[in-house]
Amino acid sequence: MVALPVLDRKVIRDLKRLWAQVLAIALVMACGVMTLILAQGAYRSLSETQKTYYDQYRFGHIFAQAVRAPDHLKDRIAAIDGVAAVEMRIVRSAILDIPQMAEPAAGIALSLPAGSKPAVNRLYLRAGRLPEGSRTNEVALDSRFAKAHGLNPGDTFSATLNGKKLNLEITGIILSPEFIYALGPGDLVPDDRRFAVFFMAQSAMEGLFDMKNAANDISLRLLRGACTPCVLEKLDRLLKPYGGTGAYKRKDQQSHAFLDAELTQLSAMAKVLPPIFLLVSAFLVNMILSRLIALEREQIGLLKACGYSSWSVAGHYAKLVSIVAFLGVGIGSMAGNYMGRLMTQMYAQYFSFPFLVFDESPDLYLIAAIISLAAALGGAFSSIMKAARLPPAVAMRPPAPPRFRSFLSLKSRRVRILSQLSTMGLRHLMHNPVRSLLTSLGVSFSLALLVSALFLTNSMDHMINVAFNKAETADARLTLADDKAPSVLDDILRLPGVLTAEAYRQEPVILRFGPKEKRVAITGRPTNANLSRILDLDERAIQMPRTGLMLPTHLANQLGVKPGEMVTVELTKHNSVERQVRVSGTVTSYMGISASMHIDALNALVPTGPRISDLAINIDRTRLDDLYDAVKETPGLGGIAMQMLSREKFRELMDQSFTSMLVAYITIAVIVAFGVVYNAARIQLSERGRELASLRVIGFSKQEVFHVILVEMAMIVLLAQPMGWLIGYGMAAGMIQGFASDLFRVPLVGLPSTYAIASFVILTAALACALIVRRRVGKLDLIKTLKTRE
Amino acid sequence: MPTPVFIAENTTKTYVTNEVEVHALRGVSMTLFEGEMVVLLGPSGSGKSTFLNILGGLDNATSGTVSFMGKNLTDFSESELTRYRRDYVGFVFQFYNLIPSLNAWENVALTTEIAKNPMDPQEALELVGLGKRSSHFPAEMSGGEQQRVAIARAIAKRPEVLLCDEPTGALDTKTGTLVLEALQRINKELGTTTAIITHNTAIQQMANRVYVFKDGAIESTHENETPKQPSEVAW
Repeated sequence: MVALPVLDRKVIRDLKRLWAQVLAIALVMACGVMTLILAQGAYRSLSETQKTYYDQYRFGHIFAQAVRAPDHLKDRIAAIDGVAAVEMRIVRSAILDIPQMAEPAAGIALSLPAGSKPAVNRLYLRAGRLPEGSRTNEVALDSRFAKAHGLNPGDTFSATLNGKKLNLEITGIILSPEFIYALGPGDLVPDDRRFAVFFMAQSAMEGLFDMKNAANDISLRLLRGACTPCVLEKLDRLLKPYGGTGAYKRKDQQSHAFLDAELTQLSAMAKVLPPIFLLVSAFLVNMILSRLIALEREQIGLLKACGYSSWSVAGHYAKLVSIVAFLGVGIGSMAGNYMGRLMTQMYAQYFSFPFLVFDESPDLYLIAAIISLAAALGGAFSSIMKAARLPPAVAMRPPAPPRFRSFLSLKSRRVRILSQLSTMGLRHLMHNPVRSLLTSLGVSFSLALLVSALFLTNSMDHMINVAFNKAETADARLTLADDKAPSVLDDILRLPGVLTAEAYRQEPVILRFGPKEKRVAITGRPTNANLSRILDLDERAIQMPRTGLMLPTHLANQLGVKPGEMVTVELTKHNSVERQVRVSGTVTSYMGISASMHIDALNALVPTGPRISDLAINIDRTRLDDLYDAVKETPGLGGIAMQMLSREKFRELMDQSFTSMLVAYITIAVIVAFGVVYNAARIQLSERGRELASLRVIGFSKQEVFHVILVEMAMIVLLAQPMGWLIGYGMAAGMIQGFASDLFRVPLVGLPSTYAIASFVILTAALACALIVRRRVGKLDLIKTLKTRE
Repeated sequence: MPTPVFIAENTTKTYVTNEVEVHALRGVSMTLFEGEMVVLLGPSGSGKSTFLNILGGLDNATSGTVSFMGKNLTDFSESELTRYRRDYVGFVFQFYNLIPSLNAWENVALTTEIAKNPMDPQEALELVGLGKRSSHFPAEMSGGEQQRVAIARAIAKRPEVLLCDEPTGALDTKTGTLVLEALQRINKELGTTTAIITHNTAIQQMANRVYVFKDGAIESTHENETPKQPSEVAW
């Protein structure tokens, strides 16, 4: 048997002796490794899958919609400099009637070119075949919807397309790179049950929608190095006569935007969180190792006197630290791998990829190990060097007693503000201000994590509440296949179960102010609109003014326009007619970027006269089934958004994910807080054992002696509170700013309880540490401590 | 007839560590009277420190009784022992054990803040000849000065007994003499019963009585008719 070198045996025994502190540090380090592997692994999985999928299935770079663009435009679009491929197709909404599902499902129907694969946005065929060009009732159905309803090739369902009810046969099950994150109308999260994407033959769609040799949806792929803004501009110019509503880049394509937001968040998480944990653990390593070396001063002297080199002494302590780091890497890798798999499974629920596996490439673990080891050794560096440099003769002598400054020394001893015990605690705190501050900072990071997590949940909660309970209160929204005369409102009101209905009009426009322009929609709203309301800057519902435009604040900011000023409105669906309209005010809106006008004012603005395009309704819940049946049979309806169901689905998802997010953050924050406070208290106890034993001998009770430690710990933890609140606020503000897009924005909302709850959790963790340390104070061996030389 | 402060009868102390029994005290009986100064002599491991710790309430006897002013210390609970140390006992150790973060005055004030009838910390410092060093921190004082602050801290509460474990052990002759002078002065002026542990046989000359420990028991005892001044003791 090979005997372990004696110094290595010492390493093992030291680790055993210091196990609680070692574990505390390893856990903090593990948090860093875990977040790194989780975030970086999930990021790689998502981004690499996305890239491969996009490339292989030729996901578009540029997208545009028009009212009716003739097919012959295709050659002219393809001739634009930088364009690699063009696909023109028909895309329309639909209402689906699925057996065994009471409510109607919303759907999008897209056309497929006959006889060839699409040049852009190809389909991944999971089962069956694509619809044949000659068949008008064949569809390829999105796999998620098919799975949610147990539909397979050969099955049928009925759908209302352009007001006509059809029986459709499923020929194949597909996935599309355009619909990785597929949101139904009015939804905020994908609902596989209620939203379907399906593809039909070009000829079938042309006939159904009266779009012979025409298209309303254009996607382009670009050559490498193409000038995107130039292509956008040229495409817009070509589409303008055909009701082009403005071309946009991938960044604004809905599915891509959501996927990209997730990637941005993961990448931010991978960049921000691991360094925080690793810094905290480096600090903890520094703290315990410098104490250990101070305690083992004589042993170091002895080792050197025996002939051990400075390097072997340094190596001895480096080994100790490396084992702590590897322990952290081991725990963190396992936790990161487990969490990463969970996260990837969760992604598979929301993002529809043909394949998605958690990236487990060994280099990630290697990087994590190297970074963690570097952090630990970095933290230990100064202490190790000190041990290596200590001359043996000096090491064998006790160190000079620490010098204290007469901070808090009262000239007039009659005035007694603090007891001697409190003075001791505070002076000790000030004796090593950098260490005290860093300890406090460590605690404040744990607090900041919690504060930011609570801020996020509060903010999302607030946004949902405002969007769903104050602004959009309708139970459902019905979209008409085509804009219709206002009398349709009466037809809708006659549907069974409809309690109230309000008519709205949507007009795609370009708003211009000075050099700035923005493609948005104007929503025409009726007087006394109750089901879809605009909110003032204090989030109170207000009446739509009779004249003028109301702009969401962020839209007004983007255009740089103020209330009272005139903007140019270009009506893109109506030969780009331009009108001047006064901005009458700004409103709060967290979803979308649509401007508002009174419907009468909008009707007056648009050449076609009064029209409505969708209706918000409130439903008598006891007659839901009747209404559902009626909607499925009503001609002229283009789509339906069941907002009451969207709300429930979103709420349920948020509650679920908020809870798990908070649990994760609380666990991590408690680990960090505990690690920092426990180690700091143990170091204090070790440094001050003699003092504390003296106090016990003098006649102070255990409680009084504990008070000395408590004063210092309390100061550190209390100082950490405002710092943690501030850092947490900053982190939350940064994250929320990262979320902001034209699709949705989250207001930064924190309640006093946000800070209180976060502080409560951290203070409780600190108190638990204090109680553990209190037991140790009680166990101080007075005689042994006082009779040994420091 | 002087009043007895401590009466120890047949005191034993056995430590059990790793299944090995160590008999630190094997039946020590001793009576300490009010106001007297005794010296406990003996080599390392002879049991004198263990005995002093039991007198001071830092440790418990395994068998036998130790009474302090009529009360049996062996019956005291942990909090009663804390109370006993706080109210009646002053300790002085070889390594001073001052609080480095408190200056001389504050180190003394530590005890006066919790004592029933303390003297002013300044007065205690004057008694040990350090009236002018009250605002100095331990790191700014010599070993002898630190030990005298420790004595001032021990006597500031006007304890009934002062227990000193090798008070000059870490000091040179000159500073050691200053410390012993302080102890003698306190014994005389305040009438504090004082027990000093030392393995320096010369110090016995300043005591009223001397107990010599060996192997956990008292080997011999004798009285000095005329105790010497510390400055007259040659070591």
